[in-house]
Amino acid sequence: MHIPDGYLSPSTCAVLYAAAATGWYSALKRLKHVLLTRVVPLISVFAAFSFVVMMFNLPLPGGTTGHALGVTIATIVLGPSGGILSISIALVIQALFFGDGGISSLGANCFNMAIVGSLVAYGSYRVIAAGSGIASRRRVAASAIAGYLAVNAAALVAAVEFGIQPILFHDAHGSPLYAPYPLRVAIPAMMIGHLTFAGLAEAGITAGVVAYLQAADPALLRSTSGLSANAGGEAWALRPASGSLRRLWIAVAALMLLTPLGILAAGTAWGEWSPSQLAKTNVQTSIVRAADTPAPAAVPSGLQKLANLWTAPFPAYAPGFVRSRAFGYLLSAMFAVGFLLALSLSLQHFLQKRGPTEYSG
Amino acid sequence: MKRGFLESTVVGFARIITRAMISEETARQTGFLQALDPRVRVVGLFSLVLAVTLSKKISVVAALFVVAVAIAISSRVSLLVLAKRVWLVVLAFTAVIAVPAIFVTPGDEVASVGFLTITEQGLRTAVMLILRVETAVTFTTLLILCTPWSHVLKALRAFRLPKEVIAMLAMTHRYVFLLVETAGQMLESRRSRTVGILKPAEQRRMAARTAGVLLSKSIELSNEVYFAMQSRGFRGDVEILSDFRMGTWDYLGLLTFLLAASFAVWMGR
Repeated sequence: MHIPDGYLSPSTCAVLYAAAATGWYSALKRLKHVLLTRVVPLISVFAAFSFVVMMFNLPLPGGTTGHALGVTIATIVLGPSGGILSISIALVIQALFFGDGGISSLGANCFNMAIVGSLVAYGSYRVIAAGSGIASRRRVAASAIAGYLAVNAAALVAAVEFGIQPILFHDAHGSPLYAPYPLRVAIPAMMIGHLTFAGLAEAGITAGVVAYLQAADPALLRSTSGLSANAGGEAWALRPASGSLRRLWIAVAALMLLTPLGILAAGTAWGEWSPSQLAKTNVQTSIVRAADTPAPAAVPSGLQKLANLWTAPFPAYAPGFVRSRAFGYLLSAMFAVGFLLALSLSLQHFLQKRGPTEYSG
Repeated sequence: MKRGFLESTVVGFARIITRAMISEETARQTGFLQALDPRVRVVGLFSLVLAVTLSKKISVVAALFVVAVAIAISSRVSLLVLAKRVWLVVLAFTAVIAVPAIFVTPGDEVASVGFLTITEQGLRTAVMLILRVETAVTFTTLLILCTPWSHVLKALRAFRLPKEVIAMLAMTHRYVFLLVETAGQMLESRRSRTVGILKPAEQRRMAARTAGVLLSKSIELSNEVYFAMQSRGFRGDVEILSDFRMGTWDYLGLLTFLLAASFAVWMGR
């Protein structure tokens, strides 16, 4: 899944660098609540560990072998911020020291594997293992499923990145300039390998390590277990400062994933007609049926006049270059959520600056 | 004989260490890249990689590939090493992706083989992809081969990366080799105690246990490192010596790199 240089356009790379940088920034910021002196050696050694685990050549059912990503076990032991940073650092070393994965695509690789991988692993592990004891079998199963989902989510995001290249970038002759396959080819091609081999490798190694730690070193599983007896003094317990933001993130992610449901709903939303829709007879009959009032004979002139006042950047929730409507919905949702988060974070930042200084030392 | 988990992983570890040693040897030689300030090397080669990805013309990417070979020769990088480590490997895995595109990309038909049609657009996109990846990876590998890791890190400071991140990258690099050696020894000792062939399920269990032991060791190691750092007065401030000096040749080199990259972007637009 390490994308080399040349598969993604520079603009895609720039967007993903920005996305990755946001992840790194917030991860570093959250970890700074813990003593920074402790974070530096912990993340470094853990990144080195992840690097070594990525090299394990695991035998898989069917006689093949596969490599794990190591992101799930890093997230389970260190929490999402620690997982994001240690896997990112391992990926940077792989790219800059061993030439695995490109330089221009480094942001994309970190975004897919470290950030998406870590957040999906964390979310699914916490949900499935919720309430189970440190030594329970459910925790092992949760870690395996989390590993499987994390790798496949990362692969899906990479496949979407590949798949939008031929839609967006062509030369004068119409030849795709970067990864050549559209979404309908890129997604199945990437997913077949990950749904089978890579996903299983990650699931297997994560479950194995969690089972081992349950027996040999259960304290290492405490920091993300969600159990109240969370020993705060442990060196590896890199807990974030607040839990409220995390719940928000989970809710946001769930809502984003549900967005394609919108296109399954039949008809148009009541009261959200455009002038052209209002002129249609079937829309008018539905208004009559629902509201029990006569439908307007013609499109109201005020609506007609104001309709062109504001055109959305993503008309009808689907950017023009996206062929699939469901994907367009998802992309629009991601854009909107990103925009809103940026807005709320900058507001928070502004208010903190203006507000009374709190002494938290 | 088909290699199991133990053997193939140990071979992988050995390959990593060999690669690192080859890099260190090449970096010590005298040559064009080695004579330049590491910051110039990093900025210069990164800008060439960017030019490769920005170019829309096959001819321009091909010209950049020639530039990469010229830099390799003038920096005394063995073309055989490049061929084995980059060109053949990249060709093998990019061709798997690029070749089907020759047939499935819609466009003007140039020939047909049985039920498959070759399009001009398909040929162009396949050649472009292979050439682009080959050239970009060659530039990156030249940087890796001609610059010691510590210099790459110091040069990254020029990109305003936080000092903590540089410190983590430096420490990770050091402990990668320590942990590779530790894991290698664990697997070798297991191998020497193993008679017969292990079943895949047993191999998986062994891999997971090895990773688990390694994880506990890593946490312990990080504790020791932390205490060692603290006892030497580490308070969270990272100091990085910056003893690089830019000379006339370095400025000239930087100018040449940037001009070449800009020219390539302009020609390839």
